[in-house]
Amino acid sequence: MTMTILRAGPLTVLKDEGRPGHAGQGVAPSGAVDRTAYARANALVGNPRGAAALECTLGGLRVRFDEPAVIVLTGTDAVLTVNGTRTAVEEVISVAAGTEVAVTMPRRGLRSYLAVRGGFTAPAVLGSRSTDQLAGVGPPRPAPGDTLPIGPAPSTSATASDVVTVADEDRPLEVDLGPRDDWFTAEAIETFLSAEFTVSPASNSVGLRLDGPVLARARTEELPSEGVVRGSVQVPPDGHPIVFQADHPVTGGYPVIAVLTPAAADRAAQARPGARLRFAVAPA
Amino acid sequence: MTSFLRCGREALLAEVDDLDAALDLYAALRTAALPGVVDLVPAARTVLIRLDPAVTSPAEVEKATAGLHVTGQRRAGTSTVEIPVRYDGPDLAEVAERTGLSPDEVVALHTGSRWTVAFAGFVPGFGYLTGGDPRLDVPRRDSPRTRIPAGSVGLAGRFSGVYPSDSPGGWQLIGSTTARMWDLDRPEPALLVPGVEVIFKAVDR
Repeated sequence: MTMTILRAGPLTVLKDEGRPGHAGQGVAPSGAVDRTAYARANALVGNPRGAAALECTLGGLRVRFDEPAVIVLTGTDAVLTVNGTRTAVEEVISVAAGTEVAVTMPRRGLRSYLAVRGGFTAPAVLGSRSTDQLAGVGPPRPAPGDTLPIGPAPSTSATASDVVTVADEDRPLEVDLGPRDDWFTAEAIETFLSAEFTVSPASNSVGLRLDGPVLARARTEELPSEGVVRGSVQVPPDGHPIVFQADHPVTGGYPVIAVLTPAAADRAAQARPGARLRFAVAPA
Repeated sequence: MTSFLRCGREALLAEVDDLDAALDLYAALRTAALPGVVDLVPAARTVLIRLDPAVTSPAEVEKATAGLHVTGQRRAGTSTVEIPVRYDGPDLAEVAERTGLSPDEVVALHTGSRWTVAFAGFVPGFGYLTGGDPRLDVPRRDSPRTRIPAGSVGLAGRFSGVYPSDSPGGWQLIGSTTARMWDLDRPEPALLVPGVEVIFKAVDR
């Protein structure tokens, strides 16, 4: 079974749960930027955890299924069009051989996940089919004319998913302070937890760059580079925070004031340039 | 002394006194293979422990890590990699000038040092090497090069390193090697992983 790419859109890559375990070799985990939406897409078509899906930023993807397939799109309010006809948000669709499917432009959210029953089975690199755009590890970005292999349908059946809740964009992103909150002044912590930050257009799957008030350091010496995780809020010398996303580097050289909860990191994955974000300490 | 710093719900940052202690803790954690630990990121003074919150928790991992026996374990299992280098890098003369040595002396100190891979980063397969002769301390270039060929051997600060792939970079280049630092056809693609000892050997070609 295969699917042919007709148009790739602004940015479409394969993603799965990523490749943990290779940091010693300088390879970060990568994986889907919005893990919740990615996992829901697989569940809706009955795939086991970890099947590869397409992460499609800002729509624009158009494909043709060369054999019958069962597909779904999650993550944003974008929908699939099937031979030009719009379907509903998160509608699971059976398509016939030769069907053309496109992803519309989302009005809310940034990254949509297109899953197919059986999963995309491009060759894995270091155990994962995620394309890590920073490290250049993983399958190449699909281009028009490429055919992506699709695996055999799993024996598992589709699981009913929770009702989709559109993220409440006004709710603060929940964080745990640390590991280096002690490198900042008390005022900086207070500002971080009360001010509004704006997502800069320079953001990508490596990091969400935020404009807003400057977060002042209490300690100004250089921090030896140390490991960072998805959701780490790193503050470079200019005082403007960067929220690391799935394709973050293995290590960072600036202090991390706080780390987003996994759920908050998934919500941040859908924040578009210009979006306003606030942070709050997560309940323990 | 190991102190533990919070790092969200899916990791824990262990901080130790110095690089040697970090490498020892990294080796001990690798050997222990604690349940639910999915990745380890060694660095200059820390080891980041990434965990699967469905299996374990930062508190459990902290307790297990604090109970590990950590004493120079890495030295027992250390392997040594010899890297042949042609010392004809474009910055060899400048390194000699900055260090007050002759180019031959720079080569002698670089080949005469027992380097250790401290940690990885920058790009896959790049290992930061420490343990070099202190006289080889040179700053990065004022203006980074936009493209450095794979196999270039460089110095920056007290570190040495080998570029695994063509990339931009600001290190002072003293030579080049044909050894492949990153090869996806190997079971472990990176030649240099933390704890490995490295000896550079001068070759003519």
